[in-house]
Amino acid sequence: MAEHETPKLYGLLAKFDQPAAVLQAARRAYAAGYRKMDAYSPMPVEGLAEELGHPTTRIPYLTFMGGLIGAVGALFMMVDACVWDYPINVGGRPLNSWPAFIPITFELTVLGAAFFALFGMLFVNGLPMPYHPVFNVEDFRRENHERFYLCIETHDPKFELAQTREFLVSLGALAVYEVEP
Amino acid sequence: MASTPLIRGRWGYASITDKIADIVLRRPTHWIWGVGLLVTLVMSVFFFGAMGYLFTRGVGIWGVNIPVAWGFAIGNFVWWIGIGHAGTFISAFLLLLRQKWRNSINRFAEAMTLFAAGIAGIWPILHVGRPWFAYWLVPYPNVMNYWPQWRSPLVWDFFAISTYLIVSLVFWYVGLVPDLATLRDRATSKTKAMVYGFFALGWRGEARHWARYEIAYLLLGGLAAPLVVSVHSIVSLDFAVGNTPGYHSTIFPPYFVAGALYSGFAMVLTLAIPMRAVYGLQDLITLNHIENSCKVLIATGSVVGYGYLTEGFMGWYSQNTYEQYISWDRAFGAYAWGYWCLIVCNVLTPQLFWIPAFRRNVIIVFVLSLVIQFGMWMERFVIIVQSLHHDWLPSSWYMFYPTVWDFTTLFGSIGVFFFLFMLFIRYLPMISIFELRELVDETSERGEEAHG
Repeated sequence: MAEHETPKLYGLLAKFDQPAAVLQAARRAYAAGYRKMDAYSPMPVEGLAEELGHPTTRIPYLTFMGGLIGAVGALFMMVDACVWDYPINVGGRPLNSWPAFIPITFELTVLGAAFFALFGMLFVNGLPMPYHPVFNVEDFRRENHERFYLCIETHDPKFELAQTREFLVSLGALAVYEVEP
Repeated sequence: MASTPLIRGRWGYASITDKIADIVLRRPTHWIWGVGLLVTLVMSVFFFGAMGYLFTRGVGIWGVNIPVAWGFAIGNFVWWIGIGHAGTFISAFLLLLRQKWRNSINRFAEAMTLFAAGIAGIWPILHVGRPWFAYWLVPYPNVMNYWPQWRSPLVWDFFAISTYLIVSLVFWYVGLVPDLATLRDRATSKTKAMVYGFFALGWRGEARHWARYEIAYLLLGGLAAPLVVSVHSIVSLDFAVGNTPGYHSTIFPPYFVAGALYSGFAMVLTLAIPMRAVYGLQDLITLNHIENSCKVLIATGSVVGYGYLTEGFMGWYSQNTYEQYISWDRAFGAYAWGYWCLIVCNVLTPQLFWIPAFRRNVIIVFVLSLVIQFGMWMERFVIIVQSLHHDWLPSSWYMFYPTVWDFTTLFGSIGVFFFLFMLFIRYLPMISIFELRELVDETSERGEEAHG
């Protein structure tokens, strides 16, 4: 790769062979002051997102909201139908017979929560995403099912092509690739 | 479990990926698969043919009449939905309990759930006799100003089954996304890359994505676990809410849930044993998996046996003439053959698995898994038909005799199930690839050498 051409780059991608190696690389890159970076792995690596500086996720709150909407919506639908919209007096039994409404309320709570968990996760992750620069690296496309990668993006304030490349090599990367945008 | 490895042999990230992905992408079609597909296709044609005839002639083509108005259709419905439950149990409960051995079997068990629940959903529509009104179960704004009857177990059932189908699909799909991305990147043709790529949604294994993914997956597991209990409880309320002797029992929800897991685990074994033999997956679905499933069969089978005992006891203890009579009739009446058949298949058969040599012999396990599924079908048949055939007054008593159309729809539905399953194992990874990668570094630290 000819560095002096300075094409507009997305970032530098370093390749590692073990989860422990990419975890340590992420920790050291964060300590070195890099912030705009991502790691890629073939399966979840515990603590990797935290090492990159992303400790929390909003998914549980979204899921709870979905469950709440399902529960309130279901109860409202049934009480509305039985008490206000179409009240039928059957032998003087109560119109708002809420115990009979519990099964459907429970089902729709689960349904709402599951939808929010799925679509919340996809939305926050920015998926579906039909194009991402990291796939321009042939090696990533071929080996992302078995290797671990750390990508430092060019718009990180600390990014300096030669220096960052040297830094990534010093982390023990098997190879460092330039990622076309 | 700590001392036994979860998978056998030395595997690395790449070799385990190849092993599973190649079944879909590279390996030539196996002749057993071809024969199986053809046979199940023919059976499926019979199923849809019988359905067409039913829609032409009505439910009179079946053996149902008054008082046995519930026949095969409802029995098949309960049987299929029960089979589906083991898949959710494996993927949700065992996920929450951190039973890592589930990683080898959860994917195809979830597929089994999806197909079984989908087939189950067809039966009530066939059964109602006026299938063109089936959509009245759906609450939607309409000019008649109608609402569904919210206090009816049939409506609860509709919501339970639909929710179960949708949540199972969501759970299955979420689990598939990273594997679809693997298939996309390893696809051998442009078309495959496009199709897998479309459903992979651009997944690239980013660390933050994985973190959110794992949380979402865990939450879905936490939602699916109580859901599976609720679904079969609600199915049992279809019976228990009615006052028919033999149906009207508080033991029904827990005993139905145990029976569901029981028949479902038997189906998992029925599917896993030929599958691992045909595709050489003995290292991934090991004898330990089979053995663990057999232990689940002992546990759930014993709960089912306890359910039968309780039913008998409550029949006597109720001091109700009809309840007492129906309990006696169940064991010694016209359908006694069915009752003793289910006692042998469901209560005695799983006790054979106390013998370790039986649990580790795949032929024996396979045969017994079929016996158990037959027994569980008989259980639903006996509960439904025997309870109805002798109701209140002897004047209305009547024997139920199934017709050829009853059997055609039952066996046809089995064909549809296996047909869908055949397509699944050929077009999607039947074992979760990324979850097995997690086991690689746990089970063999030097697994990387395996593909060296």
